[in-house]
Amino acid sequence: MSLYYTASDHFVLLPAILLALFGCAVLLFDLTALGSPRQRLWLPGLALSGLGFTAVALLRQHMLVAAQGVEISAFRGAMAVDRFALAFNWIFLVAAVLVVLFSYRHLRREGGPDHAGEYLGLVLLAHCGMFFLATSLDLVTLFIGLELMAVCFYVLVGFARDRRSSEAAIKYLLLGAFSSAFLLYGFSLLYGLAGSTRLKDIADAVANQGPGDPVVLLAVVTSAAGALFKVAAVPFHAWAPDAYEGAPTPVTAYLAVGSTAASFAFLARLFVTPLADAREIWDPLLAVIAVATLTIGNLAAVTQSNVKRLLAYSSIGHAGYVLLGLVAGNNTGLNGVAVYLLTYAPMTAGAFLIVAAMRRTARPAAAPLEAVTAAPVAASPRGRSGATVMEAQPELSSPRLEERASADDAVAATAEPAEDVDDFNGLMHRRPGYAIWMLIFLMSLAGIPPTAGFLGKYYIFLSLIEAGRYVLAVIATLYVAVALYYYFRIVRAMFAGEPDPPVGVAENWGTKVALTAAGVLTVGIGLYPEPFLRLVQIAGMR
Amino acid sequence: MPASFPDLYFPVLLQVVIAFAVATGLVAMAFLVGKRVRGKVKEMPYECGIPPTGSARERFSVKFYLVAMVFILFDIEAIFLYPWAVVYRELKLFAFVEMFVFIALILAGFFYIWKKGVLNWSREEPEVVTERRYPDAV
Amino acid sequence: MPPLPQTVPLSWYLLLSAILFGLGVAGFLFRKNIITVFMSIELMLNAVNLSFIAFSYQFRQVDGHIFAFFVMVVAAAEAAVGLGIILTVFKNRATLQIDEISTLKN
Repeated sequence: MSLYYTASDHFVLLPAILLALFGCAVLLFDLTALGSPRQRLWLPGLALSGLGFTAVALLRQHMLVAAQGVEISAFRGAMAVDRFALAFNWIFLVAAVLVVLFSYRHLRREGGPDHAGEYLGLVLLAHCGMFFLATSLDLVTLFIGLELMAVCFYVLVGFARDRRSSEAAIKYLLLGAFSSAFLLYGFSLLYGLAGSTRLKDIADAVANQGPGDPVVLLAVVTSAAGALFKVAAVPFHAWAPDAYEGAPTPVTAYLAVGSTAASFAFLARLFVTPLADAREIWDPLLAVIAVATLTIGNLAAVTQSNVKRLLAYSSIGHAGYVLLGLVAGNNTGLNGVAVYLLTYAPMTAGAFLIVAAMRRTARPAAAPLEAVTAAPVAASPRGRSGATVMEAQPELSSPRLEERASADDAVAATAEPAEDVDDFNGLMHRRPGYAIWMLIFLMSLAGIPPTAGFLGKYYIFLSLIEAGRYVLAVIATLYVAVALYYYFRIVRAMFAGEPDPPVGVAENWGTKVALTAAGVLTVGIGLYPEPFLRLVQIAGMR
Repeated sequence: MPASFPDLYFPVLLQVVIAFAVATGLVAMAFLVGKRVRGKVKEMPYECGIPPTGSARERFSVKFYLVAMVFILFDIEAIFLYPWAVVYRELKLFAFVEMFVFIALILAGFFYIWKKGVLNWSREEPEVVTERRYPDAV
Repeated sequence: MPPLPQTVPLSWYLLLSAILFGLGVAGFLFRKNIITVFMSIELMLNAVNLSFIAFSYQFRQVDGHIFAFFVMVVAAAEAAVGLGIILTVFKNRATLQIDEISTLKN
């Protein structure tokens, strides 16, 4: 038995096994515990513990790789844990933990099926797909990982099942499946070239054929089209604004952070190893696409009135920066890709999660709303640290907590989501905490120095200058100014706008922990970057 | 041994030609020799001997769609048994254990649809809630 | 290894695969009904399967066959999810014409 499934195979695969196991467990546990609200409180706990075990497994891999300085290969070279895989897996983990934490409120409600088990199960299974995207060195496993992630996201985007959500899901699904077909066509040609599905063998075959070969050209173009679709690069970006806007907002956060990072891992794996010798084909292609992505993303964001859509276009712009890191192609560029995606995770998730928490309210007077949203928080007897234990208790018996829970639910269930830039008017007067977190996230997204976002942009610019691509560096800098303008629109609304109509915040324990974690990471990476940089250093490390 | 593929595939071509000839011949025979009866009853669509009612283009119950979907999903898993069966002798115990893992995962899916009530044919509507909205976001 | 019996050359299969793939792309781009668009995607995937199998036969390996199996399974999963989403779209709008599904726009 050991011949086909060795200890190192198990060691490499363990995070995926845990994720799949806990994903199924959450799914099935929900069904068996249906009808008893107290037991259902354990669902997010189960999901979080799954992520915790995954973190431990990843940590063990990380320590071994750091100690030995070599990659751990498994399944005869079909998978390998190296610094690249580890860097991306940490990013996915951050995204998944934030989303599960934030979605906690969603699971608190009682009565009627709310599909909490499906939701959390899909989040974990999508994470499992991402793991395969970062860790695989074989076309088959890469494809399975990509589709596992994509199919989970198709369902998650359509999770709300209303008009907008279902429209977003069908658009995402059709275009996603279309791009997968292109990707597969490219894969079949690569397989035909190499006679093997291993990336290593494909690299040799591409090197033998030479970049001028028409089959190599076709294979590069079709697989690049499929991969670029997933990161929403420009000719293939049409799905992103619709999917981001229509999806439930926590899913949007997960899509923007997890799916994008995983797809970049996939793109980097594909382009850096097997297609390295076809660089003269894809280098100009990728450079043009990167500039187009920057342009369309940033310019289209300027005119948006819906914040989710604005952030969607800005995400397209950010994808342009990451692509520039791949275009630069040197060690700084590759590290820049990982650093950019690491810093991108907390700031983007944070911004989307704030949007997710905001609620328009139909109440005529401002005073009762204040009572609903602010008072219970002030009166809450719990500290942040003690909250975990308290939440797990049969809390519904306590009158104060019951009152608070119903107040949260009143805001969450009755009020419309507040997704327009105008809805942020006067947020500073009403909920200064949220306004300041949002300010930090937006500063980071714009790349202003004390925050994490600066770091990623710095690496990308540095790599372009090192590679002598000065024109690209200048263009990239120009769009930072454009981005400042549209992020500042939200800031102006929050700080200078009139607080009318009043905006409520549907908050609870999970919301606050997730936002605090995202904010602390955003500021922390900016102020004290060294450990984080070491965490995601994927190239040029001896 | 046939050397080139026109040789190799000539029998196939011949078979296609014969099949077409036989089919055409039979239809032509029926057309030429057979006696034709026309009438109102004769022209009516045949439906198990009873007079047809309603339109043929009716919507089916959504149950059929669910059953079809579940069938596709579970049916397609069977293809993984083929490569497994091919290498089973070679891999011995490993293949045996691996198949148990595979079946367990399939059974988890089966348990899921069972608990969701998809198999509960007689209930009015399987548990598909349409109006529910995701409370956090929309 | 003995030479493969000379049969239909590889290039014919690849050509057929390319034609089927092109038909799928055309169907995806020009058809307006979601179900038809979905079928076009399935056609593209089957074209890819054909070329995988043809290569696999040429190399006398099983890798391509296995890949085709995985493509089939993934296509089935996508079809199931897709039909579920199509059903939700239909319940919300009572239409399956792509042009009429356009609430989300700039």
